[in-house]
Amino acid sequence: MDTSPYEALAEAAADGVEFDGLVATREGGQLLVETPEETLTAPVETPRSALAEVGEYVENWFFWHQVAPQAESRWAFLRWLERAGGHAVPERYDALEDGLSRSWGQLRVTATLDDDQRRYDLRHEADADRAAADLQRSDDPRDARDITKLDADGEYRPLKTAPTLRSGWVFPDLDATDLVAAVDFFYPATIENWHREREGDLDISHWHETMARQTGIYGVVETWDRQEGHDHVEWVAEACCDDSQCLKRREWDYDAETPLETDGGSGVFPCREPCSIVVSAARQWTKQEGKQALTYEFELTPTEKEQLEAVVDAVAEGRIDDIRPADVRNEANQLRIRFLRAKLFDDDGNLGGVQTSDE
Amino acid sequence: MPALVIAAHGSHLNPDSSTPTFEHADTIRETGAFDAVREAFWKEEPHFREVLRTLDSDEVFVVPLFVSEGYFTEEVIPRELRLEEWGPELWDSDGTSATHATCTASDTGQTVHYCGPVGTHRAMSDVIVRRAESVTDDPDVGAGFGLAVVGHGTERNENSAKAIEYHADRIRERDRFDEVRALFMDEDPEVDDVTDFFESDDIVVVPLFIADGYHTQEDIPEDMGLTEDYRTGWETPAEVDGKRIWYSGAVGTEPLLADVILERAADAGADVEDALEMVRKRTGGAALIEQ
Repeated sequence: MDTSPYEALAEAAADGVEFDGLVATREGGQLLVETPEETLTAPVETPRSALAEVGEYVENWFFWHQVAPQAESRWAFLRWLERAGGHAVPERYDALEDGLSRSWGQLRVTATLDDDQRRYDLRHEADADRAAADLQRSDDPRDARDITKLDADGEYRPLKTAPTLRSGWVFPDLDATDLVAAVDFFYPATIENWHREREGDLDISHWHETMARQTGIYGVVETWDRQEGHDHVEWVAEACCDDSQCLKRREWDYDAETPLETDGGSGVFPCREPCSIVVSAARQWTKQEGKQALTYEFELTPTEKEQLEAVVDAVAEGRIDDIRPADVRNEANQLRIRFLRAKLFDDDGNLGGVQTSDE
Repeated sequence: MPALVIAAHGSHLNPDSSTPTFEHADTIRETGAFDAVREAFWKEEPHFREVLRTLDSDEVFVVPLFVSEGYFTEEVIPRELRLEEWGPELWDSDGTSATHATCTASDTGQTVHYCGPVGTHRAMSDVIVRRAESVTDDPDVGAGFGLAVVGHGTERNENSAKAIEYHADRIRERDRFDEVRALFMDEDPEVDDVTDFFESDDIVVVPLFIADGYHTQEDIPEDMGLTEDYRTGWETPAEVDGKRIWYSGAVGTEPLLADVILERAADAGADVEDALEMVRKRTGGAALIEQ
């Protein structure tokens, strides 16, 4: 930035400045500056030396008006990061010297001051206490796209807000513009939707209207909504929108008049409509839920029934890989389940030898 | 300054589906021609539904990274962007001639210049030829060669085939290749029988797909007989029925496609002359100037 903060303030003071405790006006060739602590006068042409006492206020005003992205949402996000609302400038500048941190999903952002400029350290929250030198360094926000693509096991992450962001990387020295760009690559549109929610104008598209909008191969989901009740949507929310699956906080319900009982999660940023993964899964469920229930008869010991329940639970909770190969006390242990299959399934894979007989 | 959105399909299953979108976006970003360039997806994030709100510009050019005019470009993208004035008649297209339509997005109030898909732009013919040059490693490839332009095809939408035939016709008119044919996966003439449609001993096969994935890396190579099992790979060229097949993979991964995206925006009124020149230098698109 070519203009110094002091000259910029002197210029802006012609229209009056009032920001974060700093008041600046002009009278004749003089710049009048007030802060809660000081009242100073400086020549408009060379204001710097006379304003040294209130330097932090001037730098602060300059950053928020001439350096930080001016789009309301991003500006509000950067203010939130350093808790600008609740802390006066000197106090905040002291805290920034040590670094002020916030979590955003699995991200941890630390704002600091370097030579009076705000810099941002962005990393996985699990790496909060690690030295930056031990982490893989990036300086280009676009690198975030590669970091988000695969989880620690190399599995593809189509849902950016899945709680599976891998750790081990750091953007140690971003400016404000690059920080918000990186956050947008990690968690697209979360800043904008969070801001809309804070302003009270988050546009929520509930389940029913979102499904009614679908066409093509997804148009079939509408037929799932013809019956009374909305239990099916409770199940969808329980399956897909839990904190264990997605870090967004679900704000959509069945429709504007019909809230869901399932917990929406505790994320810092809101989910304003069923996402494409929910829509795709709903298409699958619409097809399978269209089938009539049948009565099957086969015998299980109580332990075998519990084993089947344990397998379902282990898959649903993503715990299969945690079950040790020889831990035969675990009901979902692979050897025990192989035994169950050997005993209870016929050669065609039918449980209890009973045919599925699709209607 | 206006912003540019590159609207692509994306995938829930294939991590590489978005790669060409990001690469072309980066090429254009580096020209500085737009206030922001943002990728948006149907199956990934940011979704079409939310991308506009991440952009500060009052004016946004949206270029669909799709092959043909049809369900996605005429229905899904405008609906999800909330272009309420939209109707396909605004494109006034014969199936391959859409340029752009200007609408207001009701979500954000932004002016959106909604462009035709990259796949039907005239410059796409050059990208197909470029693909043939790169797969044969011969900048003058043509004489003695047949060229097959392969599309998905679908009985449900005639525009899907029109886009493929449009480029096959244009390239044929240049008399560069001995033979040029449009072939399809899901309708006749089928790519399975590729060798039946050519006299030439050498056939370059270029699929008009945006990203490499199931169709271009599994289906088509196996259907053409390049390999029994896609997982074991195939030779380039591969010998099939006594002919040599030079299979290029998806045309959308060709760097020159960034030029077509810019051309789409230029046709819709974007001031991108300098950017076009920079991108052409970088991607070797000088041939396009002959247009």
